[in-house]
Amino acid sequence: MSTFTTPFKSMLTRHHAPHQPGTPILAVSGLTVRYSGHAALDDVTFDLRAGEQVAVVGPNGAGKSTLLKAVAGVLTPTAGAVTVYGQGPGGHICIAYVPQRTVVDWQFPVTVRDVVLMGRIGMMGLFRQPGKRDFAQVRECLDLVGIADLANRQINELSGGQQQRMFIARALAQEAELMLMDEPLTGLDAPSQEGIFQLLRDLRARGVTIMLSTHDLDQAVQYFDRVMLLNRRLLGFGEPAAVFTPERLMAAYGGHLHLLPLNGGLVAVGDTCCGGDHRHD
Amino acid sequence: MTNLLDGLIAPLQYAFMVRGLLAAVMVGVVCAVVGTYVVLRGMAFFGDALAHSILPGVAVGYLVGGGARGPLFWWALGTAILASLGIGAISKKTKVREDTATGVIFAGAFALGIALISTARSYTVDLTHFLFGDVLGVSRGDLALIAVFGAFVLLTVAAFYKEFLVLSFDPVFAATMRLPARFFEALLLVLIAVTIVVSLQTVGVALMVAMLVTPAATAYLLTKRMLPMMALTAVIAAASGVVGLYLSYYTGVASGAAIVLTCTACFGVAWAVQAVRRKN
Repeated sequence: MSTFTTPFKSMLTRHHAPHQPGTPILAVSGLTVRYSGHAALDDVTFDLRAGEQVAVVGPNGAGKSTLLKAVAGVLTPTAGAVTVYGQGPGGHICIAYVPQRTVVDWQFPVTVRDVVLMGRIGMMGLFRQPGKRDFAQVRECLDLVGIADLANRQINELSGGQQQRMFIARALAQEAELMLMDEPLTGLDAPSQEGIFQLLRDLRARGVTIMLSTHDLDQAVQYFDRVMLLNRRLLGFGEPAAVFTPERLMAAYGGHLHLLPLNGGLVAVGDTCCGGDHRHD
Repeated sequence: MTNLLDGLIAPLQYAFMVRGLLAAVMVGVVCAVVGTYVVLRGMAFFGDALAHSILPGVAVGYLVGGGARGPLFWWALGTAILASLGIGAISKKTKVREDTATGVIFAGAFALGIALISTARSYTVDLTHFLFGDVLGVSRGDLALIAVFGAFVLLTVAAFYKEFLVLSFDPVFAATMRLPARFFEALLLVLIAVTIVVSLQTVGVALMVAMLVTPAATAYLLTKRMLPMMALTAVIAAASGVVGLYLSYYTGVASGAAIVLTCTACFGVAWAVQAVRRKN
């Protein structure tokens, strides 16, 4: 464990803007993203505390992917600001974006190790080849997520859960402090999902801040510190009990009914979701 | 055995044949490396379009130079770089889909090239050379140009190998890593353009896409990592160049076509091998 954390810290001081203690790891204010006129995100404002794990929920098309991409700095927002430890996202590569499995070309000729090694590219810089240290780090990250034995497999040979683990290993290799995970649980069977939750607990022990989008409200309540209810606008953000009120859930979803056990009672909400095959961004 | 050996050696008494073989091997290797990206990124149509759209530039050089072959390389190079960056820019700014925009530009440019060349008297012969290549007409100067620009392409890919890999596999991740994606995209287009110009004399405009795509697609079926895929592509392309030229020498078939058909045969074999493997 400690062998991982020590180079981690020294790397950060070398490569990143200094982190001010006490400032939130992520501050988003007035974030608005418009695609050809229609708003995918409208005036979203919130802070994340370092080390917390947050679930982002909302119906399809609510802007969950858009939010994660805007925070990652992949998308330029129409208005608003995203700051990481008080700096624009450009100053930080300590954010890792873990993509939806459905948007990746699994036939691409790379092995699991190749993909995880990509996480080191920000540390290497131009014209540098990966060194011993990079390979050691890759091995450690693969170990950590429990797929070290699959390092030489072509990525197409992995199961859904293993694919997700590989991307989390890449985020670890990147030495990310904030991981943005786009529906990592969608399309996984129950044991694989449980494996990912175990991994999230390990990441909590390392102090990694997690922001994860999901369709599953039960899991959001069960496993996360705070939940964010999103439908283009931010409808609620905080403790699950305070956020998942019938009024707010109806405002977010409407439509079909879905039973959610909360504080001993049942709340009826609609979830329009289903399989993981559609993209909405 | 001696007959076979004689058969292999006999054509080498001709200097033009030796130059042709050297050109075919060098072109094969350069096309292989760039073609790997073309295949993995689904840019086959773009490569085809780009090859065709340099024809007007070559035609202008041909008319201006009064049929001289020497300066054509530079005319082709200029047009190819302009066209590669132009197609990229235009297709992003129009409402029509990218492949449609590419099709419109490439067919138009190609027609313009044919129209220009048709104003010259000896046009059928020369047009045929541009369209289908004239590898046996490669001069020492041409060989030097192929070597220099081919080396430029290979060194550039080697220098930015990991960046190109990340950008091709996962552009979103590349963006989170703050890689200058636009620069690398443009650089790749330029590399494709240079590769096409370097290969122009070997296979010509019309068959160019086969050199970019067929050997790489063959290796894609047989490998599971990028570097081995590139290496195998290079071997297939270079070998096809040599085999194709010998076939052309002994059967009288057009050299460019013979090279491409050899590549296609390799693909057929690889495809069959893979199909059998999958069944078992």
